[in-house]
Amino acid sequence: MADLQLSAVSKSYGTHRVLDKITFKVNSGECFTLLGPSGCGKTVILRLIAGFESPDEGEVSIGGHVVATAKHSLPPEERHIGVVFQDYAVWPHKTVYENIAYPLEIAKMPHEQIKSAVSDAIDQVNLAGLAQRYPYQLSGGQQQRVALARALVTKPDVMLLDEPLTNLDANLREEMRFEIKELQRKTGTTIFYVTHDQEVALAISDKMAVMDDKGIIRQIGSPDEVYERPIDAFVYQFLGIPNFIPVAIKSGQAFIDTDAVQGAAELPLQALADFPSQRFPGPKGKLACRPMDVILSRSIHPETMVKAKIVRLSLLGPIVDYLLDIGGIAIRAQMQTEAAMAQDLLIEEGQECGVRFAEPKWFSEDGEAIR
Amino acid sequence: MNTGNKLSTANIVLLFSILILVVIVAVPVILIFITAFFENGKFNIAGIAKILSDPDTYQALLNSLIIAAGTTLVSTTVGTFFAWLVARTDLPLKKTMKALFLVPFMLPSFIGALAWKVLLSPRAGYINKLLMAIFGLSKAPIDILTIGGIIAIESMYLFPFVFLQVEGSLERMDPTLEESARISGANLFTITRKITLPLVMPSILAGALLVALYSLAHFGVPAILGTEKGIYNIPTKIYERIYASGGSFNAIRVGTILSTILVISAALILKLQDMLLKKGQYQIIAGKSMRPMVMKLRGLKIPLLIISILYIGITVILPTVTIFLVGGLKTYGLSFELKNMTWNNYLKIFQWKMTKDAIWNSLYLSLGAAFVTMLAGTMISYVIVKMKVRGKFILQFLGVLPFSLPGTVIALGVILTWSGRFGINLYNTPWIIFVAYIARYMAFSIKSNSASLSQVSDSLEEASRACGATHWQSLKNIVIPLIKPGMISAFFLIFLPALRELTTSVLLYGPTTRTIGVAIYALNEDGETVRAAALASIALVIIFAGETIIRKFLARLDQAKVKVQE
Repeated sequence: MADLQLSAVSKSYGTHRVLDKITFKVNSGECFTLLGPSGCGKTVILRLIAGFESPDEGEVSIGGHVVATAKHSLPPEERHIGVVFQDYAVWPHKTVYENIAYPLEIAKMPHEQIKSAVSDAIDQVNLAGLAQRYPYQLSGGQQQRVALARALVTKPDVMLLDEPLTNLDANLREEMRFEIKELQRKTGTTIFYVTHDQEVALAISDKMAVMDDKGIIRQIGSPDEVYERPIDAFVYQFLGIPNFIPVAIKSGQAFIDTDAVQGAAELPLQALADFPSQRFPGPKGKLACRPMDVILSRSIHPETMVKAKIVRLSLLGPIVDYLLDIGGIAIRAQMQTEAAMAQDLLIEEGQECGVRFAEPKWFSEDGEAIR
Repeated sequence: MNTGNKLSTANIVLLFSILILVVIVAVPVILIFITAFFENGKFNIAGIAKILSDPDTYQALLNSLIIAAGTTLVSTTVGTFFAWLVARTDLPLKKTMKALFLVPFMLPSFIGALAWKVLLSPRAGYINKLLMAIFGLSKAPIDILTIGGIIAIESMYLFPFVFLQVEGSLERMDPTLEESARISGANLFTITRKITLPLVMPSILAGALLVALYSLAHFGVPAILGTEKGIYNIPTKIYERIYASGGSFNAIRVGTILSTILVISAALILKLQDMLLKKGQYQIIAGKSMRPMVMKLRGLKIPLLIISILYIGITVILPTVTIFLVGGLKTYGLSFELKNMTWNNYLKIFQWKMTKDAIWNSLYLSLGAAFVTMLAGTMISYVIVKMKVRGKFILQFLGVLPFSLPGTVIALGVILTWSGRFGINLYNTPWIIFVAYIARYMAFSIKSNSASLSQVSDSLEEASRACGATHWQSLKNIVIPLIKPGMISAFFLIFLPALRELTTSVLLYGPTTRTIGVAIYALNEDGETVRAAALASIALVIIFAGETIIRKFLARLDQAKVKVQE
């Protein structure tokens, strides 16, 4: 168990600067997720921590020891880390047992101790009975467990996980992410987890960082902090299905900013929600709202609602998904199927309805959150 | 994996790899060019023109061209026809026939040429004598010692290059391409002409170019069938000049000029082939294996099967049997009757010093070269495929360079490099053949090893590093075990051709360093046809045994690989 710190780390490939002065800290025993779109450089950060790459500038330290600077970089084998790769990287020529025992053999642990450590690790990841199998005899999920056990068995200071669940199917992915969280609780290891899947990030992190496609960390915080108080429109849209409605601000009031809206254009949106008019920097901005917070109504109350047309209604099992049109702006709405039926809200396509936005978030025109 | 240290193991390995390729490949090639273009330290283009316009060398160039063009044409026609027969008709015994059509690869073409000379030489050819007796002819009806004869024999043993390429692409071709043409109302003839043929054209041309490349620089067949009648191509002319002058520098210089032409043509051919194959692959190859449209041969089924079997019989079995029979004759020229045969010739091969030496030399030289080349190739491939180091493009370039270097050129380069110019004189020692084999087969090794290394995902090695293993431990425990099949197949890809090598060895051998190929060739030149045939028979036994064992072994490896990848 150890903390992990990156200070002003930069990395370029050729002329392309992938990372520019990245700084963050992962506390000892914490599960830290780095969330970002693919190709944003998050894997590069993991590889810098692991020692597969070395930084051009800045420092990486693990447990208070500097492991990498531009001048000197400790090789991966001297960093006491565990790594789990997206493609599992389970060695095809070794059995489950041999895979998991390998790091201990390298560390020259006595034979008897290896045996008990490996069987503990096998139990921990629920692979009992499969020790003598070869990887090709295992499912993807089982191979990923082998990779986890192999990374855990040396009780590393820091575990690095690079999209470990991406290659698994949806059900298994959900199951495994709880198992990873559970393992972390049991072992107390510091985890650095890289993913593009916001659900995983929100589910397992103690703390998370959201990175944009240019390699800039936009926000670091606990999952509810990041989810509830996104720092900008990018973070907001990355954490779930977003609805953005352009708004115009005239004399302290917000209006839907589209020429196509008749009547509604005159509707002051602040009537729908708390509107922080004083804090807006310019005459335009955005209202953002998750589909679940779009409230529908069969009757349209013009003082509190805007008029919308149902473009599409899809029943997705436990939830109903609506595609609405508000003056040319496409809006997604969702609600529990049971509630929708109880309130008679399975509105036919083509019909009009009233819409209200609960818990709206406001952003300036360049996407900065207005609180 | 760059860990930041300036003189890390990575850099040492890179430098060492470059050093090997520079010494083995680059220096010989550069010396050839220098010797060709500079005379007494001066750039001398007039000298080149003079040598090339000399009727003797000019004729050799022309012959090379004619033989290559003829062989390419015949091989391509034959190869494409049989490929179509196997891939796209309902020919019976298809699988067996497919395997049989690749057998000519196993028979070294100079041994084939030797057999055909025995059968069809105008003076004493057995078939000629037979035909003369039957039809009461006063003159031999077939003369194999002509350019036409050389083309025919080369084609017999080179057509599998085309067969393999075309058969493969016909089999992998997406049948929907043809089906949609059929739905549009085209008949089979139109489909073949307008759809199938244009689609497999890149493969046909690629195979044809491979044949052209091989034939242009081929020594064995023209040497056995041509030299007696004064028909020389470039490699045999180079050999004749150097041999006749006892290795004089002037002869070597002529050799380097002719070599330069070979290298340039080979480079052009390979470039063209590369372009064609790239173009072809994108167009037609569908990932899934599918059942292509098959033409019903109806009444032609049995006749075509018989033709195919006859073809194999005539090109492979007849010459092989001939070699074994001649090898058993008491005296060359006797008829093949039991009273004229003896086992003694075969036994004596293992007693005569010359033949005994030749077998021993070939065995240890090819085993040694295969082993060293495999290891060096593995290291170089590792740098090319896995390492992130600057300067590896040099390796990539030098690694594929030997592909465009004909055996004759490599031999000349090796002579220029290792005859004392740099303080090391290996001439007349087995070592000069050894370095030549390494240069000649390095490209095979790099190709085979690169292919298997690129299948080993980087994360497998990185996982080992993360587990605390050093770079060397990771190589030893993870990478090497995983690429072992590729290394082993590289070993055999070198060992087998090296065992029967003639083109390079014939320019490099000394009194005690003949190889099997050289010994067969020399015995034949000296008129010792029976001994040549006996040695060739033994060589064939070794080659067939080797090929069979290796095929079995490689098939098993393939199965294992499939298992691992599942």
